[in-house]
Amino acid sequence: MDLSYGPEYETYRAEVKAFLEANWPLEGEEKDLGLAEQSVLFRKRAIAAGYLGRSIPKQFGGSEQESDPLKGQVIREEFGKKWAPMDAPGIGTMMLVPTLLERGETWMKEKWVENTILGHTQWCQGYSEPGSGSDLASLKTKGELVGDEWVINGQKIWTSGAQTADFMFCLCRTEPDAQKHAGISYLLIDMKQPGIDIRPLKQMNGPAHFNEVFFTDVKTPKDWIVGKRGEGWLVSRTTLKHERNSIGNAAGAEAMFRGLVKLAKESKIDGVPAIDHASVRQQLVEIEGYVQAHKYSGFLQMTAGLRGENPGTIALMNKIHSTNIGDKVAKLSFDLLGDEGLTDPANSGGGLLGGGGSVAGWVSQYMGSLGIAIAGGTANVQRNVIAERGLGLPRDYYASSKSAAGKA
Amino acid sequence: MDFGLSEEQQLLQETIGQFLANENDPNQLRARFDAEDAFDEGLWKGMMELGIGGLLVPDEFGGAGVDMVDAAIVSEQMGFGAAPGPFLGHTLAGLAIALGGSDDQKKTWLPKLATGDALATVAFGEEGGSWQPDQWSPSGDRLTGKKVYVPYAAQADLIVVGTAGGGLALVEPGDGTTIELFDNVDRSRRLYTVTFDGAAASALPSGADVSGQVRDAALILLAADAFGGASRLVEMSVEYAKTREQFGVTIGHFQALKHQLANMALDTEPSRALFWYAAHAYDAVPEDREKMAALAKSHITDRFMQVSRDATEAHGGIGYTWECDVQMWFKRAMFDRIWMGSPSSHRERVAQLSAW
Repeated sequence: MDLSYGPEYETYRAEVKAFLEANWPLEGEEKDLGLAEQSVLFRKRAIAAGYLGRSIPKQFGGSEQESDPLKGQVIREEFGKKWAPMDAPGIGTMMLVPTLLERGETWMKEKWVENTILGHTQWCQGYSEPGSGSDLASLKTKGELVGDEWVINGQKIWTSGAQTADFMFCLCRTEPDAQKHAGISYLLIDMKQPGIDIRPLKQMNGPAHFNEVFFTDVKTPKDWIVGKRGEGWLVSRTTLKHERNSIGNAAGAEAMFRGLVKLAKESKIDGVPAIDHASVRQQLVEIEGYVQAHKYSGFLQMTAGLRGENPGTIALMNKIHSTNIGDKVAKLSFDLLGDEGLTDPANSGGGLLGGGGSVAGWVSQYMGSLGIAIAGGTANVQRNVIAERGLGLPRDYYASSKSAAGKA
Repeated sequence: MDFGLSEEQQLLQETIGQFLANENDPNQLRARFDAEDAFDEGLWKGMMELGIGGLLVPDEFGGAGVDMVDAAIVSEQMGFGAAPGPFLGHTLAGLAIALGGSDDQKKTWLPKLATGDALATVAFGEEGGSWQPDQWSPSGDRLTGKKVYVPYAAQADLIVVGTAGGGLALVEPGDGTTIELFDNVDRSRRLYTVTFDGAAASALPSGADVSGQVRDAALILLAADAFGGASRLVEMSVEYAKTREQFGVTIGHFQALKHQLANMALDTEPSRALFWYAAHAYDAVPEDREKMAALAKSHITDRFMQVSRDATEAHGGIGYTWECDVQMWFKRAMFDRIWMGSPSSHRERVAQLSAW
């Protein structure tokens, strides 16, 4: 075993550092631009240098680098240290771009890939519906082909960023007579048109990151479909995997744990620093056990990837292992806050992950940790995935018999 | 960057696993578990032929001289098979002499330990949960004091004793040494109470310098054993869920049980990388050695405990019987958790090592 990156990658690291030294932050007149414009300028240069858009062909605006997870890791580390922009964050880069690259038509890739990774174009995801959560394939939003256009009617929910998005990638039922999964198509929809009604959903901790989206005779061109009619379910599967991986990330867990230790040092219980109390020390180290297991499981999976080996069941556990850590951190931090835990974070901000050092941030994380455990497949859905795909247990008897028997 | 087993390590893992699957299947294990002393000479001899006797003994003294990662994956296999016998104490005794012994002590003992011509064990624990070097008390040129939970002391030719001041001394059981069987719940690893009353002893010259490292090795081997044992229980419980039928279907169809099994896997699987890293730190990252050993022991033996309780429950009524294989691993978990100090004692050590 060897956890160092080796001389080849240290040389590469030096190159990345030199690039950043010369290119970020921006200088001269450019530094007076808005952050969004600065980011686009920087991304273009980083793509030209081969540091961003690495898995994207040059003809669609990427830098088309040979796949090398270690180089990717070095870039993340060095860009992270200098707060330099990565490929534009969000669901467009994470989910739509890989889907288009794999399943989209050439004109779609030309139209959207580069604009999305640069940050010009924002996307939102239209999957969940009020009656279709874990049983997503039961979705009902209707897409009807009328002449050269799809006409869409129905309702989506939990749509993050719907107000700011330019487009939505959306699962619609276009083949009402087909069997459940086979009746779905993957459509792209312009969000700036009449007939779209967006209503924010206020979260329990205050902010409104997601929305309900109502469609009334919304139109999209006939060829704005990824894959064929009725293939939408298959097209969407690759993207869900991307989302799960991105949430299971040990850097977040480590940062959260460091924040928790800091909170324990700053808080007092009975006039004594909390971190001097045996029970707090025990709970902290108990959490650290999970954090370190999570961290090194990441190295293990990365190595398996580099070797071209199957990492095994652990690959299905990243999300729930990480959100279980978030749950433990939430509960201990709430005790450490003492009476201040009664503070409503709704009016004083506080990020979803908390730990920003503020009381509101921690109270917000106390709730937000649940949001993360629910988003992108609840913990119970994750347990099903581990049981069925990891342990080889049979699919739920009731669910599989219903799916086989009925249409949507 | 390579955080995985080498081909040699994978081969070692398979060899030990296959040996135990052949020579210690659950029926053979049960017979040993129910026997008077659980010391099966044939099984031990077979292990010696595989070179397990001198895993951490340098090759110049006839040992295998492998890294801690290798020793840990052997220990993982021991846990997976709930292998009965003196592997743990014998391995640690060899390590203690290799690290802290004089040339003479090494030449006298290590070749014999490596071949299995001599059996050794370690006497670290004392009454009141005192396992750590700074808690050891026997003293004197002729050793006086009491040690508890000493594995296979009655069969041992040599005992490495933890002494006052964190030192280590060699005692060949004889005059001045009294050995009594302890009624230990984990019958795959028999324990004895050993009382020294003016026993002839020969101190390891560097004993006090290396006893912490030997302790860390013990913690890593226990963590690895616990991971292996927990993995076996997950496997057994999943297998049971796929065969046992109720309401006309195998019980693995029912979500309540599926989630319990998923939680067991989730308790177990991420721990693999934790014991790997603890072993790797022992070999190559000195500043992390002590803390990661303590963290791995506390975390993984706790997970093993939970998994063993869940496995019993997942098997229903049969899980509560002596006849069911689960109980042998359930008790392995009890041993791994307690021996060399409780999870909470090691968590407090981690907190101190973190300068909290």
